[in-house]
Amino acid sequence: MKEQSLNIERRSATTTPSPGVRHTVEVAKLIDISKCIGCKACQAACMEWNDIRDKIGTCEGTYANPADLSAGSWTVMRYAEVETKDGRLEWLMRKDGCMHCADPGCLKSCPAPGAIVQHSNGIVNFQQENCTGCGYCITGCPFNIPRLSPDDHKAYKCTLCSDRIATGMEPACAKACPTGAIMFGSKKAMLHHAEGRITDLKERGYRQAGLYNPAGVGGTHVMYVLPHADTPELYSGLAKDPQLSTLVLFWKGIAKPLMGYSLGLAVLTGIFHYVTVGPNEADEDETEE
Amino acid sequence: MTNHWVDIKNADLILIMGGNAAEAHPCGFKWVTEAKAHRKAKLVVVDPRFTRSAAVADYYAPIRSGTDIAFLGGVINYLVTNDKILHEYVQAYTNATFLVNPDFNFAEGMFSGYDAETRSYDTATWSYQLGADGYAKIDETMQDPNCVMQLMKKHFSRYTPELVSRITGTPVEQFLTICEMIGSTAVPDRVMTSMYALGWTQHSVGSENIRCMAMIQLLLGNIGVAGGGINALRGHCNVQGITDMCLFGESLPGYMKLPTESDASFGDYLTRMTPKPLRPNQINYWSNYPKFFVSLMKAWYGEAATKDNNFGFDLLPKIKGPSDALAIFERMYQGEINGFFCQGYNPLAAVANKKKVSTALAKLKYLVVIDPLPTETSEFWKNHGVLNDVDPAAIQTEVFRLSSTLFAEEDGSYTNSGRVIQWLWKAVDGPGESKGDVEIVSRIYLKLREMYAKEGGAYPDPVLQLSWPYSIPEQPSSTELAREISGRALTGDGEQLSGFGQLKDDGSTACGNWLYCGMWSPAGNLAARRDNSDPSGLGQTLNWGFAWPANRRILYNRASCDVAGNPWDPSRMVIKWNGSKWVGNDIPDMRLNARPEEMVMPFIMHQEGVGRLFGLNKLKDGPFPEHYEPFESPLAKNLMHPDNPESKCNPAVRIFMGDLDSFGKPDKFPYVGTTYRLTEHYHFWTKHSRINAILQPEQFVEIGEELAKEKGLKDGDKVIVSSNRGHVKAVAVVTKRIKTMDVDGRKVHTVGIPIHWGFMGLAKNGYITNTLTPYVGDATAQTPEFKAFLVNIEKA
Amino acid sequence: MNSNSTLLQRHTPQVRANHWFVVIAFTLVALSGLAFFHPAFYFLSNLFGGGPWARILHPFAGVVLFLAFLLLVARQWRHNRITAADRQWQQQMMAIMMNRGHDLPEIGRYNIGQKYLFRTLLVMIPLLFLTGIVIWQPYFAPEFPIGVVRLAVMTHAIVAFIAMISIIVHIYAAYWTKGAIRGMIRGTVTAAWAKHHYPGWYKEMTKGRE
Repeated sequence: MKEQSLNIERRSATTTPSPGVRHTVEVAKLIDISKCIGCKACQAACMEWNDIRDKIGTCEGTYANPADLSAGSWTVMRYAEVETKDGRLEWLMRKDGCMHCADPGCLKSCPAPGAIVQHSNGIVNFQQENCTGCGYCITGCPFNIPRLSPDDHKAYKCTLCSDRIATGMEPACAKACPTGAIMFGSKKAMLHHAEGRITDLKERGYRQAGLYNPAGVGGTHVMYVLPHADTPELYSGLAKDPQLSTLVLFWKGIAKPLMGYSLGLAVLTGIFHYVTVGPNEADEDETEE
Repeated sequence: MTNHWVDIKNADLILIMGGNAAEAHPCGFKWVTEAKAHRKAKLVVVDPRFTRSAAVADYYAPIRSGTDIAFLGGVINYLVTNDKILHEYVQAYTNATFLVNPDFNFAEGMFSGYDAETRSYDTATWSYQLGADGYAKIDETMQDPNCVMQLMKKHFSRYTPELVSRITGTPVEQFLTICEMIGSTAVPDRVMTSMYALGWTQHSVGSENIRCMAMIQLLLGNIGVAGGGINALRGHCNVQGITDMCLFGESLPGYMKLPTESDASFGDYLTRMTPKPLRPNQINYWSNYPKFFVSLMKAWYGEAATKDNNFGFDLLPKIKGPSDALAIFERMYQGEINGFFCQGYNPLAAVANKKKVSTALAKLKYLVVIDPLPTETSEFWKNHGVLNDVDPAAIQTEVFRLSSTLFAEEDGSYTNSGRVIQWLWKAVDGPGESKGDVEIVSRIYLKLREMYAKEGGAYPDPVLQLSWPYSIPEQPSSTELAREISGRALTGDGEQLSGFGQLKDDGSTACGNWLYCGMWSPAGNLAARRDNSDPSGLGQTLNWGFAWPANRRILYNRASCDVAGNPWDPSRMVIKWNGSKWVGNDIPDMRLNARPEEMVMPFIMHQEGVGRLFGLNKLKDGPFPEHYEPFESPLAKNLMHPDNPESKCNPAVRIFMGDLDSFGKPDKFPYVGTTYRLTEHYHFWTKHSRINAILQPEQFVEIGEELAKEKGLKDGDKVIVSSNRGHVKAVAVVTKRIKTMDVDGRKVHTVGIPIHWGFMGLAKNGYITNTLTPYVGDATAQTPEFKAFLVNIEKA
Repeated sequence: MNSNSTLLQRHTPQVRANHWFVVIAFTLVALSGLAFFHPAFYFLSNLFGGGPWARILHPFAGVVLFLAFLLLVARQWRHNRITAADRQWQQQMMAIMMNRGHDLPEIGRYNIGQKYLFRTLLVMIPLLFLTGIVIWQPYFAPEFPIGVVRLAVMTHAIVAFIAMISIIVHIYAAYWTKGAIRGMIRGTVTAAWAKHHYPGWYKEMTKGRE
């Protein structure tokens, strides 16, 4: 779904510039984990606004349901019970979903032109009509977010409610969040708000409180306020230092084009070898000795 | 709630105990996060489980289910011994100074006047000493051994931190940390709010649990002030509304009481119901009872209620015996009831001891279920395999299912926990042939009236004379009903009344519920107001909806000022005395021109005008809260009075014959079972809704890691949880959040049992958890003891 | 009696059919695969009916390629052992490429370049098959840990590149070596051709025909 009023900054598998004349304010969703009660209102709102319904599953021995992201669940709550060093129990709840990276691994690894776009406000969107279903976005994502639908074989994930944002509304999850744990606004405003929250948390004894806006992916447009920012992996395995691995960057950035040229070069070499050296012919007149 | 939802943001300390606001009231919980963010408030959670509320708390302490009074009694002991009380407040605004009947006595867990035969108290001695003028005697110095302060000190001195810890399982240092935090609000500029719900009510000492916290709040000076109060979080968006309108068969709208057999005449009834002041100059607002009652009778019977026929007093039934849910199903079980109307109610799932309820329903001739959904109750006769193993051939009950509309399918009002009445508009038509509840009941009524008119009957008058002035008799509109409930003058042009101050006992006013009087004033439907302007910044949005009483948002708000009329905390001014009258950010809960020197005290509904640390005879189980073990307890005795087996459990609790045998013992059922709700579901309703079913699809129980290890259980295993009344099968969730408690030197394990599943709906079908729960309730309110009973657990 | 125009059978009809089957499969797999290799080649997906069809067909064609290739390997295995003559021949490769090869060693049925191709493909095609299974959406990929899939995606592309380069060299070599294509199409080569390019094989073929 293309939102007319959202400018496209980058497109997957496209080597020419994207339409980039208009500039919009960079937006961000800020998830304050210290305010989150894990009520799943965000999940319900996501299902309702996007008209998606996952299967009615089973209880696997945790509160988490559905148990994982899927084409029908673009956000899920993850719960972790952690005992801190001083013996205190903490029940850490994290809303998992697309982080809308400034430097999106999915977009970089997508081979289908225009199947993944990055809007100038920072939203990374899947355009399912261009998706081939190869699943490369899944491998490219450092947060393990995109999921293929078993029904239509297209990849799906959180859109940050780009259709709502395009018309001046906040994402459905932020609208539904009863405690204000999910905030939405300009990235600048969210960074500012996060500072206040972190100060408050530090006053309450969370000395390692901090913002999760990892530089390895150029920062994200979904950020967390974490009471334990030094150990994000406590929050159901949130990546400590997510990056597009240098190998992938080298691979996608240099190696692949080089390989493409190499293939062309191989062909050219053949042609020029042929026209300069000539064919390798057996002399039919060559006599037996 | 004495206060209201938004006001929670004004608190400095929030105590969630006896509830799990984040889980069960996530929307209201936003005000907790506001208080934390903007007032730097601290959140303390005390609960048998580390709950969703605990997950965002600043401090958490575990407690054994059913021992809240031991904990809170210990807090009272801490406050009085460490002098953490707001003296001026306690002195003036509570009955601490009052002298109690010298024959009042408490020994070995029993208050004076106990009759073991009837399991009840003669409460004659639970009273004040009265002077010749008829007023209660007081001792300003609070030194008299019979004054409330001294009696209270003595009563709670037994609740030492060590004993509290032995009973509750809460470690002493954690208990004391919380005492300190609570005690820190005993100053004028710090306030604690208490948020509780079914975690306190669903015990055999439910009402006393709440009273105990009310006492603490009085000692701290936290009642009547912004950010304070004792706040019941109601479960349904309109359960406050139904409570106000007439929750029990024994009551009338606005917390009036239905006459009983003993009320020989209208005069006797009014005399019994109309209290006399117990201190000079007090408002004693219930003295207006006759005005409220007569206006109600005029609303109901109109022209047929005249001065000559005592305003139709004889048209009202004179009830005999209790009519709470447990009593009704007991009588049904005994075969005394043969027809039952069940409206928006699913008792097979919701009432204790499913087996007993199922047996009771099978004894009915007919059952009418009025509900938007097919409920378990409407299918109680149908075999659903192990989930409802009954023999339909053996059940002769005829069941009628009348499909009603849902909340969004009709206009009407909601009264939230904070007593704010808000009008809502119909969003969609109900599906198919569904009809509004009012229409369904009206059609039944009109048919009955027709039959009584044609065929007569034993006493047709109450039916025939009922006033039915609605423009479409089959469909009284929400507007017509709201106007009737709010009340109007019967003289002049019959204008709507603007408040209960205008009610008369001469038959010249009609009002369906005095508390709601003025909701639909001459200015129109005030409940429909949506102006959220908040000039004080305290969240006192007086033009948003309409709060009963009189649009007052904080009850007893006179207590937010000192005796001289100055706010305890000027930055949180609710009202103040401006030299000539009471003004401020709320509707003053005081006669507007009552000068402070007149000493008109804030608790205007009380005969004595002050808050009650000594509860008189208002609760059936004692004027002071006392710890009693749940009826099914893992302990052999009550550590508060170990030598008296009679006072192990609440001696004033009603037990029906036969139910005593249904209680289990710890030898067979060694673990504490406790039932509760989950955020993802609403009771037994949302399992019919796809999104909720996706979010929490399958029945589970929660157990601690230690018990899981003992029983060889791991996450996802199927387990059977059994009590002496039956069993349920569910998936095990093994968690660090339920800790094994150390209670008096022994280990006590808790099994957490969410309630939401049944054999109807979209979610995976499951067992009705009330198969497990005991058929016993609170001494006063009869709310069943769903929170503490004994179970066993085994791998399935 | 020998004449330079005498035809020798170089490849049986079975081998030829097998080879060309592999060629077709490889072409389909390569063209559809290239579409995903780099945006510059994405237009190739149109040959298959667009991106999704290219994505759907690619792995199935890959499986066909793999099986056909295995068969070819079984048939040709014995002809691809490297001999001392091959190594000697290899040392003169630059000269051969410049058409200045003289006094070449008596190599057998295939030269060492061909044998290297055989070996390369023997490693690359099974690797492509295995990594392809790991990244095959939607059937098998969801069963593998994300790290394994990531590794497989990259390995698949690198291996495919090597395979394609090898094949380009192979195609050119066949075109450059006049008469070679005929050997794979019609199955026969002239005696002169055989004597020139594969003297060892020529000897073997003509032994006892005196």
